[in-house]
Amino acid sequence: MDVTVAEYIRRTVLKIPRDEIKTMLQKWGFLSETQLQTVNFHQIKENISQDVVQLCEENSADIKQAAVLDIIYNHIYPNKRVWSVYQMNKTGEETEFFDLTDFKKKFKRRLRSALKNVTINFREYEDNAVWIRIAWGTPYTKPNQYKTSYVVYHSQTPYVFISVSVLKSNLPLLCQALVVASNYHDIREMELRSHSLNSLKDIVFKRYSQNFQTYYPRPLQERNVAPESGDLRIIHENRNERERIQRVNQEVFGDGPQPKLEFAQYKLETMFKSDPKMGVLDEKEPFRCLVKFSSPHLLESLKSLAPAGMADAPLSPLLTCIPQKARNYFKIREKKGFFPGSFVSP
Amino acid sequence: HLATSLPLPSERDHLRPRIDLIAFMIDIKSKYSLKNVEASLAHVDASFFLGKVCFLVTGVGRVNYCSVEMNAIWKLGEVYCSPVLFCELELEGIRVATAQRLLRMLQICAGHIPGVSALSFGSLMRNSDD
Repeated sequence: MDVTVAEYIRRTVLKIPRDEIKTMLQKWGFLSETQLQTVNFHQIKENISQDVVQLCEENSADIKQAAVLDIIYNHIYPNKRVWSVYQMNKTGEETEFFDLTDFKKKFKRRLRSALKNVTINFREYEDNAVWIRIAWGTPYTKPNQYKTSYVVYHSQTPYVFISVSVLKSNLPLLCQALVVASNYHDIREMELRSHSLNSLKDIVFKRYSQNFQTYYPRPLQERNVAPESGDLRIIHENRNERERIQRVNQEVFGDGPQPKLEFAQYKLETMFKSDPKMGVLDEKEPFRCLVKFSSPHLLESLKSLAPAGMADAPLSPLLTCIPQKARNYFKIREKKGFFPGSFVSP
Repeated sequence: HLATSLPLPSERDHLRPRIDLIAFMIDIKSKYSLKNVEASLAHVDASFFLGKVCFLVTGVGRVNYCSVEMNAIWKLGEVYCSPVLFCELELEGIRVATAQRLLRMLQICAGHIPGVSALSFGSLMRNSDD
């Protein structure tokens, strides 16, 4: 077995949390059950990985099998990578039947015709999801298994989720290959990025709980309102306001859990508006400014701002439009024309 | 009675007892809360500032998250002649101790402690601050 393959398998096993190693190796299916029985999965990971490499040696593992283990790892722990969303466009109207074998063939052929030194692996999952792992080399060097890109393509949709690797220069080639293989016309990057792959899917497939603009009349105010649950000695003077905030929040964010995003970034190219007497930045040039919101769970924290008393309700639509517009990177320019204010560019 | 800002909603005026002490809570992590308190102070009748107002600054345990300048808080206490208390709501011991302090102050302001008036107590607290 190639020394580099052995090292790659060893490092991949080390990434897996100890309690999950056995299940993941079983999913991989490359080592037999009897072989797995011989490994003590309670020892330290360093030793487990050595034992696993030993067994792989017996089975003569090659890079293709090692790559499959890597795909399995990334499928179970996708949140370790940052994913961007791309949307493909078709000019024609008829939806062609998706042929997986044809897709794989065309993809490999396109990629390899431009760059011979690549490792390409596919794995299909439920939900019509095709996972593609690509390890990039150069015209003169073998593929670097540690510099990989991942693509998740749901064949019944025009959406592709790409985990950008360090080698951004390969991105146009990758996009081209995807378009050709899937019989689409072109591909564009949506301004939507996150660590949580499932949340990105929730947003573009509209699987999160959305606010529906329904009109429902406000309930009549009763004089003898039942007391709030909790200590009856505490009287909330602003109960109406609190209820309004809850209602507005619910209208905007819906009831269910929010998709998980870590950032929202707003690039401002607007004019600086100041007191004319201040004379600051009087030249008619846009004031370049970048505003970035970051949080372990951005949308949930935005949802809790008004109830926590830290912001007024309703929040700015620039913040609340994120799931509907399916983007978290914005460019804001001056709106020319009748209405003052800022214009969010597509 | 808890309120998020002043003035209090007028539709509840007839349900409200006499107010003996107003404690303005400022979250040191939120500039918004300081602004809110400053705006609400404008709606308080001047007679309250004779010992029936205090400022309660919360969140002081987390030094890294201070958004409000201490100078601004001291100035507020000075301008409105009212004591400033500090506490950390997340720690039960401090929470209980602060509640006991406020309760004591409330008893004085409500006139339940003979010989001590709200005004004399207020000036006592202010002098010990300097």
